Amino acid sequence: MAFHIRRLALALGFIIVVGIALVALLAPWITPHDPFLQNLDVRMAPPSFMEGGGPDHFLGTDQLGRDYFSRLIYGARISMLIGALVVVCSGLIGTTLGVVGGFFGGRVDAVVMFIITCRLSIPLILVALTVVSFVGSSLAVVVLTLGLLLWERFAVVARTTTMQVRNLDYIAAAWAAGCSRPYILLREVLPNIVHHLIVVTTLEMALAILLEAALSFLGLGVPPPLPSWGLMIAEAKDYMYFSPWVILVPGIALFVLVLGINLLGDGLRDRLGAARDA
Amino acid sequence: MLEAPLLDVRGLRVRFSAQVEAVRGVDLTVERGQTHCVVGESGCGKSVSSLAVMGLLARGAKRSATHMRFDGQDILGLSDTALQRLRGDRMAMIFQEPMTSLNPAYTIGSQMAEALTRHRKVSKQQALDRAAELLTKVGITAPGLRLAQYPHQLSGGLRQRVMIAMALMCDPELLIADEPTTALDVTVQAQILRLLRDLQAELGLAILLITHDLGVVARIAHKVSVMYAGEVVESAPAADLFAAPRHPYTQGLLACVPIPGKIKRGDKLGSIPGTVPRIADGFTGCGFRDRCAQAMPQCADSVPQRDDGAGHRHLCHLA
Repeated sequence: MAFHIRRLALALGFIIVVGIALVALLAPWITPHDPFLQNLDVRMAPPSFMEGGGPDHFLGTDQLGRDYFSRLIYGARISMLIGALVVVCSGLIGTTLGVVGGFFGGRVDAVVMFIITCRLSIPLILVALTVVSFVGSSLAVVVLTLGLLLWERFAVVARTTTMQVRNLDYIAAAWAAGCSRPYILLREVLPNIVHHLIVVTTLEMALAILLEAALSFLGLGVPPPLPSWGLMIAEAKDYMYFSPWVILVPGIALFVLVLGINLLGDGLRDRLGAARDA
Repeated sequence: MLEAPLLDVRGLRVRFSAQVEAVRGVDLTVERGQTHCVVGESGCGKSVSSLAVMGLLARGAKRSATHMRFDGQDILGLSDTALQRLRGDRMAMIFQEPMTSLNPAYTIGSQMAEALTRHRKVSKQQALDRAAELLTKVGITAPGLRLAQYPHQLSGGLRQRVMIAMALMCDPELLIADEPTTALDVTVQAQILRLLRDLQAELGLAILLITHDLGVVARIAHKVSVMYAGEVVESAPAADLFAAPRHPYTQGLLACVPIPGKIKRGDKLGSIPGTVPRIADGFTGCGFRDRCAQAMPQCADSVPQRDDGAGHRHLCHLA
């Protein structure tokens, strides 16, 4: 029973993530309207399934009369793009640091641990605030800020798993077979810790998407008029009493995406773990 | 007989910290095409000695020796890369735990092929053909199927066969086997030992076998070295050692082995009282004296090396 629920969760997570990724990729072809086109005649139109809603705007319009459905779809692009880029950047940094520290140990590891501790003591939002106030906000700044800061979980997981793998017999056998150090690192150790890193990747991706939304909400993220979900929530908060859908729609979208990614991550952890232990 | 031994180690010492010396002046020679067994209880330094020969000691361990020659070549001062070229090519090693000695991330085929392509310029397909040939040689049926499988799909006995086949990929002259049968069932143990003996006869392999099992020694060894507390206390041709053990420790070890048919139910099995002493710096004399029934006062000062002829040597005041 529990097994079936887990499989279902994995399937659901997979469908959500792949679905949203597809929507993001195909955005220019599936949006009914230009997400940037303003039409002040139809400001705050309710969704077509609500009272007073027209058939033209499925999810209504925002305070500038832009089609909300189209903005939501383009917002998925921003979220997925940021999530993916941040994870690539932080994954490279964190995995490199962690594997090197865990594999070489001793003084190298002490240095790695020091760097991780330093990173953990840096408040993310404050750094983002400082960076944005110096160089201004843009998509690239958000990606770089998060990517250069969100690697600590990769580092910690890569380090501990590398330490476990390093002392296993097949690594000793690889040394005895005349493998070089880089070979053992890349071809013997890395493939055996990658399933842990995949799980971290999903968690970090969800976190990056949420942080981007938070930064955008604070005005530190992607600049308007880009349709980020966090920015949509921020812009909608002034109107939520009279037009609740403007805050509910991006809020629910964000919730569903993060839930999907987490379900996927959890499911993958169980599956990959089970495949190992078989 | 005058040919130089394949592996010739004199006065090997391994030190792990300032206080602890795990191996204290060990001599080992392995002749071409012969099996040299190193026996001893846990912690006596037998595995450490074999790792020291391969240059695979853990960080922080210090190794020294009077000399260490492989095929006449000094391997003591060899650079890391030169040793790397030697390892897995001319000297190969198999380990105790077949369940964990194969990388779970790769198929048997790709691991075996890799062992060959690392040292030789051959195509992937040639390497796979060689792998299939060797799997057949170590008695694995359906090698094509096994090559495509992952380690977790194989039983312990099969994995140890795969390990042996993998060690043979580059036609090594010396095979170091560190307790290769300890983790296996008795029936599989016998099969693996027979396999090693057959391979030796066929390929002229020299084997350095580390074990704590005198039964294994009796089956396969040409020469035996008994280690105790970091020293070789007795070294002799196998038949000679079993027939006329000289050192009290060897005698004690042999008394511990029950022989079916000779020992009746209710008979007391032999045992050696006490445990291995901690050998700190400044230790002199015989490491076994506290457990030895025949200990003499002079055992605390020094131990003479006695040559009993015909390659039989032991380390004791008693002749």
